[in-house]
Amino acid sequence: MDFFLYSKVGQMLLAVLALLAVVVVLLGGARLADRFAGRSRNFWAAVAFAGPAAVLLGVGLVYPAIRTTIMSFMDRRSENPVGLENYRWIFTDPASLQGFINTFWWVILVPLVSTTVGLIYAILVDNSRFEKVAKSLLFMPMAISFVGAGIIWKFVYEYRGAAQEQIGLLNAILVQLGFEPLRFLQDSPWNTFFLIVVMIWIQAGFAMVLLSAAIKAIPGDIVEAARLDGVNPWQMFWRITVPSVRPTLVVVLTTIIIATLKIFDIPRTMTGARFDTQVLANLMYDQSFTFGNNGIGSALAVMIFVLVVPVVVFNVRQMIRNREVRGA
Amino acid sequence: MLKHKRTGVLLAGAASLALVLSACGGADDLGGGGGGGGGGDDTETDAGGGASTDADCSAFEEYGTFDGETVTLFSSIREQEADQLQDTFEAFTECTGITVEHNGSGEFEQQVVVQAEGGNAPDLAIFPQPGLLQRMVRDGHVLPAPDAVESKVDEGWSEDWKAYGTVDGEFYAAPLMASVKSFVWYSPSAFEENGYEVPETWDDLMALTEQIAADHGSDTVKPWCAGIESGGATGWPATDWIEDVVLRSAGADAYDQWVANELAFNSPEIVEAVDMAGAILKNDDYVNGGIGDSRSIATTSFNDGGLPILEGNCFMHRQASFYEAQWPEGTDVSPDGEVFAFYLPGMTADESPLLVAGEFVGAFNDDEATAAVQAFMASSEWANTRVEIGGVTSANTGVDPELASSDVLRLAIELLQDESAVARFDGSDLMPSEVGAGSFWTAMVDWINGSDTQSVLDTVESSWP
Repeated sequence: MDFFLYSKVGQMLLAVLALLAVVVVLLGGARLADRFAGRSRNFWAAVAFAGPAAVLLGVGLVYPAIRTTIMSFMDRRSENPVGLENYRWIFTDPASLQGFINTFWWVILVPLVSTTVGLIYAILVDNSRFEKVAKSLLFMPMAISFVGAGIIWKFVYEYRGAAQEQIGLLNAILVQLGFEPLRFLQDSPWNTFFLIVVMIWIQAGFAMVLLSAAIKAIPGDIVEAARLDGVNPWQMFWRITVPSVRPTLVVVLTTIIIATLKIFDIPRTMTGARFDTQVLANLMYDQSFTFGNNGIGSALAVMIFVLVVPVVVFNVRQMIRNREVRGA
Repeated sequence: MLKHKRTGVLLAGAASLALVLSACGGADDLGGGGGGGGGGDDTETDAGGGASTDADCSAFEEYGTFDGETVTLFSSIREQEADQLQDTFEAFTECTGITVEHNGSGEFEQQVVVQAEGGNAPDLAIFPQPGLLQRMVRDGHVLPAPDAVESKVDEGWSEDWKAYGTVDGEFYAAPLMASVKSFVWYSPSAFEENGYEVPETWDDLMALTEQIAADHGSDTVKPWCAGIESGGATGWPATDWIEDVVLRSAGADAYDQWVANELAFNSPEIVEAVDMAGAILKNDDYVNGGIGDSRSIATTSFNDGGLPILEGNCFMHRQASFYEAQWPEGTDVSPDGEVFAFYLPGMTADESPLLVAGEFVGAFNDDEATAAVQAFMASSEWANTRVEIGGVTSANTGVDPELASSDVLRLAIELLQDESAVARFDGSDLMPSEVGAGSFWTAMVDWINGSDTQSVLDTVESSWP
């Protein structure tokens, strides 16, 4: 037993054996389900194949969601119920409201701007000579973690007094051009927008890659026909390209909206969410762990969930509608 | 052809599985993510070790021998100090067979809570705040200290120090290192060139500040420099400023009441103290030498806060004895050298209020290896080893002051052992961690960034749990 637990090779073997055991159990279950014939067959097949995943989802997703919701109605150490007190605090405390307002700006600007940038970029480099290189360039920021991107941009935005030597890229340029250096990260409300730029920088590549694939999938005959009819680029964009990539546009927008609602790393690494740059997810973290208030932390988690649900519902309905149109 | 392809795929799959597992493996993983850097490598230093390992091992016999065990140690110590901490365990590891895996994070105060509540706690953690230790004990994560540890603490430390590691009458955590916070770093050579004298009273200090501003004040050169940025702990150096001033302007009794919240955080005495500190920290003529104006203090890291002294851009930097580790290698830290520290004066020349601080080692389980490391860290051997490596002091009475790596630290040890000094432990570390490692820090950042004294203090008072 020691061999299995304490040496790397032993652990690897143990993992492989455990994996094989799970696979055997699942296949065995499927085999059993196969025995049924007739109408109950579908039911048992569903149980055998979707069952394990459903159980794991239940334990890992559904149970915590229910528990967090219950905790949002209790006090800081989750000992006594306090009714709607936590929600009242969320909607009246100035710091919390600032978090809501900032998150609102994030959710409006990041998806719209990064999708627009991605779309236009995809159209511009489509079928051009430098297509592959250009796409890689825009996509590269996605390879860095949010924290890494936050640290890079923290140096770009670095501020020193007007009389000192500037070490931040942007302030160095500003000072060269004869302007005063700016406190990008310290002066609100603009610091929130400078943080938003970082996320746009990361997400534009994602939008571009998906939209580029969608643009290439536009049937050639439609484009030909439009050219024969004599469209100008603007009309081509609005009347042919955008409607054709609409399903992908929706997916990209909703994915980025959901990612933005959860944004945490960028404000945390760049400003620690100070100087009025607080966002909901970071507020949840601060309240739960720094200030030890599980009630408010859980209430914020529930709020984020409530805000995400409409987006997800919309996404799913679009997918279903598209399936009907495609006839799948 | 198909058969070859299939075997090829199988082999590739097995190989990649092996790579992934070996990367993620490890019997004792800290899991949960301890954030930034710091985990020190086992550098070959001569610090604390003799030539032959056999002779040294007799000192470690009491800890027992183990077979390749690993004990995880989590703390807020990073960079050079983390490397130095790792070095203290070199001989211990050789003789007992226990490897101490240290991980330091700038987000320690939040991460230790996350890890403990997530069931992923380290074996040992170094708490810089008794308030946070209390919270961990009351939540049931930290276990009482074993007898071996308690007896070492009774041997080596005074009642006060043992009390900081005691919660509700039971002893949990041994003190580790200590630091003296009431220091002002300065450049003796610069002072000598300009004919400045080390001030003996607070009024003298302010007069000196005014003098320097008149002689040298410019857009880049200021009398003081400061930095309070520190990752998730940003704001803590400013709390030290406030505590030093409260101890002087309001007195030791008021200080004790303030820490226990018997004296409200926004009461006039505290407002007065904060404004006294603000006379320096929020005055653009007096700060922030070499970096910018008063608001830039909030974005300057505490490590960089005093460095402008070396370039002649500022003259004084109020910071604890442990700041010595931040000076670049080769800097002459001595009473006549490039940098040194003088004692932050009291209101009058015969008062000596002293702000001290330290860390406490708490255990999250009672494994034998964990208890062995815990006992070693509570011993005077560890204290002497660490003091000799340099940069820190310990309040352990078994420490030989001669081992202190510099004159500043010798001075610190003298002050720690001085019985006439009115010593008080760092207030924000004693307060409940929601305040001392939470709202007090954020209030200080807001205050430096421009908010007025009364409103930030009101916020802190209302956040007291």
